[in-house]
Amino acid sequence: MTIEELEQIATSVRQEHEKYDYEVNVCMDLACASQGADRLREALVKEAEASGKKVLVRRTGCMGPCSSGPLVRVDPAETLYRHVHSDHAESIVASLGGEPVAELQCDLSDHFDKQVRVVLENAGYIDPEKIDDYIGRDGYKALLTALTEMTPNGVIHRITESGLRGRGGGGYPTGLKWGTVSKAGGDMKYVVCNGDEGDPGAFMDRSVMEGDPHRVIEGMAIAAYAVGASKGFIYVRAEYPVAVSRLTTALREARRRGLLGNNICGTTFNFDMEIRLGAGAFVCGEETALIASIEGRRGTPKPRPPYPAVSGLWGKPTLINNVETYANVAPIMRNGGKWFFNMGSERSKGTKVFALTGKITNTGLVEVPMGIKLWEIIDVIGGGVPDGHKLKAVQTGGPSGGCIPADMLDLGVSYDALMAAGSIMGSGGMIVMDDTSCMVNVARFFVEFCMTESCGKCIPCRAGTAQMYTLLSRFCDGSGTMEELELLEELCGTIKDTSLCGLGMTAPNPVLSTLKYFRNEYIEHIVHKRCPAGVCNIKAPVEVLA
Amino acid sequence: MSDAVEVKTLIIDEQEVSARRGQTILEVARENEIYIPTLCHMEGLSDVGACRMCLVEIKGSKKLLPACVATVFEGMEVSTNTERLKQHRRTILELLFAERNHICSVCVANGHCELQTLGQEQGLTHIRLPYRNPQLTVDASNERFTIDHNRCILCTRCVRVCAEIEGAHVWDVMGRGINSIVITDLHEDWGSSSCTRCGKCVQVCPTGALFDKSKVGTDHPKNPEFLPYLNLMREAQ
Repeated sequence: MTIEELEQIATSVRQEHEKYDYEVNVCMDLACASQGADRLREALVKEAEASGKKVLVRRTGCMGPCSSGPLVRVDPAETLYRHVHSDHAESIVASLGGEPVAELQCDLSDHFDKQVRVVLENAGYIDPEKIDDYIGRDGYKALLTALTEMTPNGVIHRITESGLRGRGGGGYPTGLKWGTVSKAGGDMKYVVCNGDEGDPGAFMDRSVMEGDPHRVIEGMAIAAYAVGASKGFIYVRAEYPVAVSRLTTALREARRRGLLGNNICGTTFNFDMEIRLGAGAFVCGEETALIASIEGRRGTPKPRPPYPAVSGLWGKPTLINNVETYANVAPIMRNGGKWFFNMGSERSKGTKVFALTGKITNTGLVEVPMGIKLWEIIDVIGGGVPDGHKLKAVQTGGPSGGCIPADMLDLGVSYDALMAAGSIMGSGGMIVMDDTSCMVNVARFFVEFCMTESCGKCIPCRAGTAQMYTLLSRFCDGSGTMEELELLEELCGTIKDTSLCGLGMTAPNPVLSTLKYFRNEYIEHIVHKRCPAGVCNIKAPVEVLA
Repeated sequence: MSDAVEVKTLIIDEQEVSARRGQTILEVARENEIYIPTLCHMEGLSDVGACRMCLVEIKGSKKLLPACVATVFEGMEVSTNTERLKQHRRTILELLFAERNHICSVCVANGHCELQTLGQEQGLTHIRLPYRNPQLTVDASNERFTIDHNRCILCTRCVRVCAEIEGAHVWDVMGRGINSIVITDLHEDWGSSSCTRCGKCVQVCPTGALFDKSKVGTDHPKNPEFLPYLNLMREAQ
């Protein structure tokens, strides 16, 4: 495959699309598919054939506003329909060329206008199982250009220049990581994609892998060229069967097109990759545990240093990045590092995908420039808290993150600002909570998650999370004491300082951040034996009769 | 020149010491008779850095590092016994004592137990955390040895000695988090497992979890000193 051949494919794809007068895009991501999007698509295909109009019905990845699903977008008019079912197929096809179907049409311009789509630029526009659709939207151009016109150091320089930081949560500068792996010695190196997304309420990586799998593959191939690796692994959790099947198809098509394998694009660059399935352990998202799991061992973390960049898979230098990080690579290579650098806030560049869930009108996937204020995400993009309830807190960063109270919504979303507020960026879960949530109970939920997902290797995490859970449960059922609250805080400090891996070190964060902003709720539970939100089932204290 | 030994100088607890490149902080400290408490470490076995007792402070770093796996670098300043470390060590020991059923007075290892010794040494006087009192099993199916999971602290010394020294890899860890336990083979009875009955695991067990049936009561000292010697002789071959 050469650049000329790539452009030929892209041109023929565009010509093919020009044969149609209308494109009906049906979102087939999990949320829409679970509400019958596949039946809808079949009905649309049937109606389109019967109507005699030139209509292309295409399945696409996640369009974003999942709570409005199943979604259909009709191009070129860009009419968006929500809650579409197979019965509506006839009226939609009939409306083509005339007035849109008023009862289904929805105006989500507030939702979309503030978003900037880099990672999700193809979501809703391509069929994830067709490599030509991806090539038609400039896919693999960045890889072939890098291979034929740039040195590996040039690629690393461009990534460094872009200011991209790891999207898995840690925020480590991506260019620096690539540079470290490229400098490491040895003839065998690996690149690994961490697709073991496990945070409760997070589904960004799943949507990217399901909706635009070639973007991840292209990002990894560019990374492999930059660091000098010839073998890659995509580690995906087995709970994402659709992502696995889409990636499998994508890998097969990329190989067939000569975009993976030996002598890619006629150069000396060889690269291929495999999919490895996780067996359902959250801790395998931690890079050293992930490595152990790929090697076929028990998925437990190892002390760092040595970092995987020096000694990773089978002791070889290994580059590990998150799905979303790789998804950012191709656009940076195409548009230049400066382009990316100019988006975002001072120390956090580019955009971030968030999975917006909880008590919010427009749940779903959003991509926003870094530095955007939290209230813009919640009130404008998210459409605010429904049913007249009051916003209480926003939880970011999953079980390793924290809760940001409603009065701090003017905070700009960046790695450093969230860290300063006692939470973390994390991989991009954003759970909105209203006045019906009890913060002690919320803390207990996340601690329970960490307790059941602890691998059990180091004592502070294994026994410490279990003790935190016991103490929090005592607060929730009204039997806790103020001494126990003090003990809990001390325990949090030890777990944070002494745990072996990031899972343990951050496990106390939900407790510490709720204690910081909602201490009064803990006091209410302990001293007055009442739950202000009415969530915890506290039995009335028994009156002792004299 | 490539095999020339590179020497590093560093400071441990205000004492200037020298080390070879690649040595761990713990090795250097022990050579210089500076005490760092350990629990999962065992001379002659690989290190896993799991028990967190040997965490030390490094000047200029907020992160605490496990001395058993962290290697030395030139000009490093290590503190092994600060108030912060002492407090964390006590809390970790408390977590261990509250995790399972450690009742010294009825334990075969009473007086020879590394957990008990550490508790005394670190000034642990009482446990503030609620005891978890789990209901765990005792496997006495092996004709020579018994495992009492109530006393196991999951240091995985048995797992490592069996895999690395005996070469049998009978022991391993099953389950996760607070429900982890050590198992023989694929969770079969110890007696019907592929165990070679060599008894190395019993000798390296820091508590009374693994013990020899032929020894009665508390007269049960363990002798793991054979390990470094065994390794040395193997290397010499």
